[in-house]
Amino acid sequence: MKLRLIATAADRALLDSAGETRTLRWIMAVMLFLTVLAAAFGLGALAAAETLDRQLAGKLTVQIVEADPAAREAHAAQALAAVRATAGVSAAAPVDRDALARMLRPWLGADGADSDLPIPAMIDVQLASPSPATLARVGSAIHRVAPTARIDRYEAWMSPVARFMRTMIALAGTLVLVMAAAAATVVVLAARAGLDAHRETIAMLHLLGTTDAQIARLFQRQIALETLYGGIAGSALALVLVALIGGEIAGLGAELVSGVRFALRDWLALLALPLLFALLATFAARFAVERVLGRAP
Amino acid sequence: MANIVQFENVGLRYGTGEETLSDISFTLARGAFYFLTGASGAGKTSLLKLLYLAQRPTRGAIRLFDEDLARLPRARLPGFRRRIGVVFQDFRLLPHLSAFDNIALPLRVAGVPEADIAAPVTEMLAWVGLAERASARPPTLSGGEQQRVAIARAVIGRPDILVADEPTGNVDPDMAERLLHLFDSLNRLGTTVVVATHDFQLLGRIQGAHMMRLERGRLLDPTGSLRFPPTRTEVQP
Repeated sequence: MKLRLIATAADRALLDSAGETRTLRWIMAVMLFLTVLAAAFGLGALAAAETLDRQLAGKLTVQIVEADPAAREAHAAQALAAVRATAGVSAAAPVDRDALARMLRPWLGADGADSDLPIPAMIDVQLASPSPATLARVGSAIHRVAPTARIDRYEAWMSPVARFMRTMIALAGTLVLVMAAAAATVVVLAARAGLDAHRETIAMLHLLGTTDAQIARLFQRQIALETLYGGIAGSALALVLVALIGGEIAGLGAELVSGVRFALRDWLALLALPLLFALLATFAARFAVERVLGRAP
Repeated sequence: MANIVQFENVGLRYGTGEETLSDISFTLARGAFYFLTGASGAGKTSLLKLLYLAQRPTRGAIRLFDEDLARLPRARLPGFRRRIGVVFQDFRLLPHLSAFDNIALPLRVAGVPEADIAAPVTEMLAWVGLAERASARPPTLSGGEQQRVAIARAVIGRPDILVADEPTGNVDPDMAERLLHLFDSLNRLGTTVVVATHDFQLLGRIQGAHMMRLERGRLLDPTGSLRFPPTRTEVQP
């Protein structure tokens, strides 16, 4: 029994495996099932938030609110030219009046298309780099030619949604951490129960000159395997569920959830969870066993 | 001969009761043979526990292998324990392991490669007359057979000190003779042997052995220098 991380077959035989850690497998299956779901939820929210960020980043709408149609059109044309001439603007285009009328139709009915209705002229602007400096440049360029123009950033409109997304991501991350802490606690309890069950064998091994690390290795291997087996089962079940939910989301066709798509790295992160928990269990078991054995004479 | 063990005013108390051992002072010479005698409850097993590092004294000082145990870091205890072979009174075999694996245990603990384990274990099994029972588990062995496995386990690592608590209590006189001969052989190879026994027949079998006598937790001869052969009256209470 040299100091190794993995116990040999001969070493493993030292502890009569009475199955006292077998329950751990089922507990870990349930914990990993919940952890993978929480992590998937977090990763989904993260993907949606990233999509939202990508879609909204650097997008502005300029509204020229002017009752006089001629002045409105003139200001709009000047503002469009000013924006296009500003550094950091990658695209700027007037919003077609027919398109505006279509957007207003649900609220104004057919009157939305009335040419006498003073609908603001609008310009969609896409910034190459949405830095505060670029925003300030664009703002001053527009206000020089159209002092009454209103500039709306898409990000500002969607900030409550983005905030909600961030909260969900943080919640999911916290859940994963809480589950990891709970798993470590369960492992510590299982290790202590195992030590208790093998008290006499361990006392004998100590008297033969076995080190605490050697004894800890026997437990950590058993506990790591139980965690891994349970974890794989629980994770597999959760991943199937995640895939099914993913299919449901794709079928909704809703724009807000369209970004909830897992990249390869997300799947790999979810698949790594049972391995990470097994690793966590290994260290938790070693810590628990060495701590208890350290109190022996 | 240099001393391998030195006890100075050692006391041992379990919990808050009276001292089980009091003012124990003696030295064990490297390569010598000792018998430890005394009535039941005199403290023989407690003294042996101190010797094989299952207990720490509540007072006094113990030097082992030229080191003060009080100053010895816990991490070094396993290395010391590997140098001490122990035959327990209740054998303490691992019931789920075969006789072979029980005997191989000290070698495995010491990190001896598996390829180098079979030969010495097989030889030891033959020596204690259990070659045919190598794969038997302790619950299927008789008391005497278990005792022989325990003795084989204690000596297979060629320890510096062999501590045996009533090692011949469950074996017939012939086997007792053979086991004592094994201890004697080990002693001649340099192992310091301490045998706790009630069996006065054994005391005359090892020429030049020392005897220590315990009574109510105290050594009757504080110097531990009583020379064998003692007379029968010397060892009787």
